[in-house]
Amino acid sequence: MATATVSRPPWMNPPSVWVRAIKAIVIVCIVITMIYPLVYVIAMSFAAPEQARAGVIFPTKFSLDAYRAILNGGTVVDGLRNSLFITVVGTLLSLAATSMLAWGLVRTRQVPGAKIVLVGILATMFFSAGIIPNFMLIKYLGLLDSTWSLIIPGLISAFNMIVIRNFFQGLPEELIEAARIDGAGEWRIFLQIVLPLSKPVLAVMGLFYAVAYWNTYFNALLYINDSTKWPIQVVLQQYVLAGVAIPGAVVTEGQPPPPGVTLQMAVIVLATIPILVVYPFLQRFFTSGVLTGAIKG
Amino acid sequence: MSVSTTDAGPGTRTERAPGPSARPPPPTHTLRPRVWRERWSYTFIIPGAAFFLVFMYVPMAGNVVAFQDYSPFRGIEGSPWVGLANFNAIWTDPEIITALRNTLIIAFLQLAFAFPAPIALALLLHSLLSTKVKRLIQTIVYLPNFLSWVIVISVWQQVVGGGGLVAGLLDNFGVTGFNLMSDADNFKFLVVAQNIWKDAGWGTIIFFAAIAGIPSERYEAAAIDGASGWQRTWHITLPALVPVATLLLILNIGSILTVGFEQLLLQQPMVGADAAQVLDTFVYFRGVLGGQWGIATAAGLLKGIIGTILVLSANKLAKKMGGEGIF
Repeated sequence: MATATVSRPPWMNPPSVWVRAIKAIVIVCIVITMIYPLVYVIAMSFAAPEQARAGVIFPTKFSLDAYRAILNGGTVVDGLRNSLFITVVGTLLSLAATSMLAWGLVRTRQVPGAKIVLVGILATMFFSAGIIPNFMLIKYLGLLDSTWSLIIPGLISAFNMIVIRNFFQGLPEELIEAARIDGAGEWRIFLQIVLPLSKPVLAVMGLFYAVAYWNTYFNALLYINDSTKWPIQVVLQQYVLAGVAIPGAVVTEGQPPPPGVTLQMAVIVLATIPILVVYPFLQRFFTSGVLTGAIKG
Repeated sequence: MSVSTTDAGPGTRTERAPGPSARPPPPTHTLRPRVWRERWSYTFIIPGAAFFLVFMYVPMAGNVVAFQDYSPFRGIEGSPWVGLANFNAIWTDPEIITALRNTLIIAFLQLAFAFPAPIALALLLHSLLSTKVKRLIQTIVYLPNFLSWVIVISVWQQVVGGGGLVAGLLDNFGVTGFNLMSDADNFKFLVVAQNIWKDAGWGTIIFFAAIAGIPSERYEAAAIDGASGWQRTWHITLPALVPVATLLLILNIGSILTVGFEQLLLQQPMVGADAAQVLDTFVYFRGVLGGQWGIATAAGLLKGIIGTILVLSANKLAKKMGGEGIF
């Protein structure tokens, strides 16, 4: 723990060996508990059939058969495609809608009625209509069994809107005022000055939206009956937790399919990979204060 | 805004001496030009405001079916009104009693174990001196927060479920049939453990922000006065976390009847309804799947109202006790 880069403040007594040892053990245990399950699932998804059937702590022989079988086409590929569509389209629409609203609500003093709208939106963070009224609304709008039912109801998150609005409020006012005096229209100011200056917060919020859209599960369960329109999370639940056999998961005709357990692990990995890919980008912002400042504010 | 000025009349307003209120509400005759001058702002606001109206406020009106013998075929207009019959039916429904009991037990366990977990973790990580190690561990413990419940439960299933990693290890020692995921007796502890695994790491972020705000001179002065490491933690760090913890506690109390909906819905088939039915899953199974829309909506509405009352009273209590509320 105590590497060469650490400088202990002069007033701090070095802790006893015991304290340090216990701390180290606790931290190693926490890290293993957090990370090993994920490592295990990823490793087993690549395990050779005989090792997967026997059950090992960590496989030593590897095979891509599970992925070949799943990516052959069929339900899992459909699920990945649907989730990708929801995530990309949803995130773009959400960012557009959220930043527009946030910009409109920055000047609550000057714009009559803006304050009321803002309070009304904040209030929605503390209540929800409930499952059944939401279901009835989606049904009434004719969105049942439509991919849009997974995008539109989550278009703007009140919390994300507040975070973006906080950021907008911190932009240099003189710059925007100067553009206004130079005769730039409000839309032009928004698109050419405000948005480019807000890239950091838009990136974080975009990633948050993307994670939320990728993780969509219950809304799909509620609104989508047609299994070809399921997002990957519903597919995962069906074939891993509910234990339904994955249709069409064969590598080559006449050969035994890969063992069920590697297939399941491979589906879990495919559903997780996009999160693991964006996570490092997301992680950069945690310490930058964009978020913590907003949460406190 | 126009309402507030009608009783005073425009004449009295102009003659009014500047009173103690710093900014009197603008008179009616300037509202219209102000709206016109800010017309661009409304093109930004109206679409978003319409979204919240349609998807947050309109569904609230849908709760009227709690007072109906509702059927989707007849619709709200065609369904007969039954007054409070659905609410009366709730109290005699054995399933909802089970759901309520499970909800409260899980909520209590969450408050006892999952709520303090991020505080403990934040203190532990804060005590590390190396920023590099701290960063690395933060990166690891934040990650599960971003995984969906479906993924989390699937991963847990592969590790502590039947035929999973732990079951395989125990097999070697002659212990067979290990399956934590379908153990109805310990299910509620499992739920809390899953919660801690998924969210405790991410929960530390807000406490780190609070810790970062403590001036380091305070620690130094305490150390010079002879306070030990534990005493510094107890008397300096912990008090600094109280405001944030209070705020989170208020929010938690408000959602005490909402315990991990997806998490429980996913695991109910493995452990059965007796162990895993909570209010939200009851609403889903009884209403959407069972077709008893009226009683399910009534249960959901009651839950929402109690939740709102709880958060408001917790807020008031926090203020009365000298702390800061959330609003």
